[in-house]
Amino acid sequence: MLIINIAGVVLIALIVWWFWLYKPKEAELSDNDLVVIVENGTYSPSHIKVPAGSPIEIKFLRKDQSPCSEALLIPDLQISDTLPLNKVKIIQLPALSSGEYAFHCQMQMYRGQITVQ
Amino acid sequence: MNKVTSDSVNDHCHDGSSHQASTSHETDSVATLVQQELIIEGAGCASCVGKIEEALKQVSGVTEAEMNFAQRTVSVVGSADDTDLIKAVEKAGYNAKSTSGETEDDALDEKERADSAYYKRLIKKTWIALSLGVPLMAYALITGEMNVSTTGEQVVWGGVGILTLAVLIISGKHFYVGAWKSFLNHSANMDTLIALGTGTAWLYSMVVVFFPSSVPPEARHVYFEATAIIIGLIDLGLALELKARGRTSEAIKRLIGLQPKTARVVRDDKELDISIDQVLLNDVVRVRPGEKIPVDGEVIEGHTAIDESMLTGEPMPVEKAVGDTLAAGTINKAGTILFKATRVGKDTALAQIINMVKRAQNSKPPIGRLADIISAYFVPVVMIIAVSSALAWLNFGPEPVVAYAIVSATTVLIIACPCALGLATPMSVMVGVGKAAEAGVLIRNGAALQTASKITAMILDKTGTITLGAPKVTDVLIAGDHDEQTVLQLAATLESGSEHPLAMAIVESAKERGIEIGKVSNFNAIAGHGVQAEVDGKTLLFGNEKLMHERGIDLGAFVKKAQGLAAEAKTPMYFAIDNRFAAIIAVADPIKEDSIAAIKRLQHSGIRVVMLTGDNRDTAKAVASKVGITEFFAEVLPEEKSKKVQELQMQGEIVGMTGDGINDAPALAIANVGFAIGTGTDVAIESADITLMRGSLHGLADAIAVSKATLRNIKQNLFGAFIYNVAGVPFAAGVLYPFMGLLLNPVIAGAAMAFSSLTVVTNANRLRFFKAQDH
Repeated sequence: MLIINIAGVVLIALIVWWFWLYKPKEAELSDNDLVVIVENGTYSPSHIKVPAGSPIEIKFLRKDQSPCSEALLIPDLQISDTLPLNKVKIIQLPALSSGEYAFHCQMQMYRGQITVQ
Repeated sequence: MNKVTSDSVNDHCHDGSSHQASTSHETDSVATLVQQELIIEGAGCASCVGKIEEALKQVSGVTEAEMNFAQRTVSVVGSADDTDLIKAVEKAGYNAKSTSGETEDDALDEKERADSAYYKRLIKKTWIALSLGVPLMAYALITGEMNVSTTGEQVVWGGVGILTLAVLIISGKHFYVGAWKSFLNHSANMDTLIALGTGTAWLYSMVVVFFPSSVPPEARHVYFEATAIIIGLIDLGLALELKARGRTSEAIKRLIGLQPKTARVVRDDKELDISIDQVLLNDVVRVRPGEKIPVDGEVIEGHTAIDESMLTGEPMPVEKAVGDTLAAGTINKAGTILFKATRVGKDTALAQIINMVKRAQNSKPPIGRLADIISAYFVPVVMIIAVSSALAWLNFGPEPVVAYAIVSATTVLIIACPCALGLATPMSVMVGVGKAAEAGVLIRNGAALQTASKITAMILDKTGTITLGAPKVTDVLIAGDHDEQTVLQLAATLESGSEHPLAMAIVESAKERGIEIGKVSNFNAIAGHGVQAEVDGKTLLFGNEKLMHERGIDLGAFVKKAQGLAAEAKTPMYFAIDNRFAAIIAVADPIKEDSIAAIKRLQHSGIRVVMLTGDNRDTAKAVASKVGITEFFAEVLPEEKSKKVQELQMQGEIVGMTGDGINDAPALAIANVGFAIGTGTDVAIESADITLMRGSLHGLADAIAVSKATLRNIKQNLFGAFIYNVAGVPFAAGVLYPFMGLLLNPVIAGAAMAFSSLTVVTNANRLRFFKAQDH
């Protein structure tokens, strides 16, 4: 029983670490050749690093049919747009100051982050 | 991306103006440089890039082709038609699709087709899952036997287990793939919960089947029926939600549907029916009775009545003659007209309205923030609760502990529904903003919607908001030996230099009487007081009492007469020639016919209505009392308007400010919600938080009523979603078991979860039936 309890606590610790504490790798937005694929409940890549101080474009390609994935919101920048199915959509961002900007679907099940440096 | 076909290029200048055929060749090379984008399919390696680019450059007219391998797109510059480009790519062994030339309507059709195909697939998946799950459950209910104790049962249930796995893959693959992908991405979503819940139940059942000795005899129960039914029900829930979601975007569909597909343009004396995206600026367009106006424009021949109700909510057709503006999507009711295209494509008022409504529908009011924060942490928290609940059952539960632990963990994972929480706000905003747009009320974003529902005080600008904003000369009272004709001639000449609406009324009135306007020199506007200038060597002064006093001009008994005029809601102005008082000219701006009723509606809903005007106190008082307003600010200089807004805000009011959106811009910006009131489709759409397309103040009351109804709906949804999860998750974990012996069945949890988000969408859809109060 003790082993089961320890296993349970370790499992909880793993959940906390994996979903909250772990910092995933960031993809760099360079040469404008980055496309965020929206599929299977995720943005891929979900963490994007962009340079500060100049307007940028991020391309999204939605391959997921679920209606949830249709809306794309970047609340800090007051951006809300819809992503067409199987078509590249370019989202234009103004020149940004350093910081982290979250982007997600309407329900926040698809989540990503833009890190401006 | 501009898509210009070679035909239209040959016929038209690059700047969009029509021209004679003889000049067309000169402009060809400039006009045909168009950039297009293609999506490439089947390009698997980086070496394909060169092949595709080369193939495209071979197409005649292409000057540049650059492929973006990561994105699988290629951008082509040149005059070639996209069908030629696609053919060239196909010849090189790949597939290509054009991304240009698609209208909103096409995109919508495609979305509907995709949605309908997805719906059918979901329903099929539901049937497959339920056709295994339901008979299994019936067997369990009838026989009460789902235990594995003999080798024979092991074989039978092993077979059922494999069959269930097949069903889970066919009907639920998307949940498992989604869960895995997001797991790799360090994120968790609804798929994670469903996959974990059903996966745990299935795995446990398989352990019971294949290694029965590892589980206590009383816990050797299989849950194949539950996994199949849960997957089936969730698929069904998703399908129904998809249908319901379709209805939430009805308003935008209707707006997009207003755009006609073709236009009849007159080029080189010939009438051509062309696609709407080929209409160029300054094209001459012919519209017959009953047809829709294809692009925005200005009438150059004929007169008619136009039904603008679809954009403005104003039911009465509007008369249009030469020089009047037309908006795309409105309907020509009476005569045939020719008009010049002034705004095409994405620039038309209709396109801007669609754009704004779309953006607003996706934006979120602050009230949704808490739900957002919760849903960001929701799934991992539910996973932790599931593990904790299993541990609690294992440690403290009755026998068979393993079975109880598995059931409670599975049920917790299945019942938790982040979707209901996440959908609560956006679905209502979607319907509410769309509903408002139907009534000619354009709401900029969710924040404006929320604040509008809380407005406690409303400032109405008098001119153009309560009144028509088109003043007319009503009285001319002459002093001394001047004659009316000369006074009007001088006054109109003086005022011809001013753009003030009152000045324009005097100029108009003089013109109506056939009086010729002279030449004005040394014109000087004295802000908030009046104007001064020289005409025919005479120094003219025109303005309010204050101005006359400052210049030491004696007004005598005329002050009393002016007060009398002001008491009739007219604006009297003093006119002096060479520093001697000459006349009072009174101008009145008629009150809009429904202002009184609309103001009453606002007051009935508990809003403090305040009038604001640059006019003198007496006129202001007369207008205010006519429309039933007790509180007003008179003689407010334009730059002081925003101060008055702040004054009310200091008193703790949430202030709405309504004005024309141009002169009142600073006040609209500083107010909690700025309302720009338009006159038909000319209104500057981007100028305020909320734009009223219709001139009537009823639009204002409608806007506030829609906002209140939407916020109420959001609150119901949020409350329902919170309560559902807050009550459902502990119930599933078994908190009621020690007291009442109650533990939730995972199948019921699956049904509850599937229909919780459907309930939210359905409740949001109720807003579609919202009707602004009759007026």
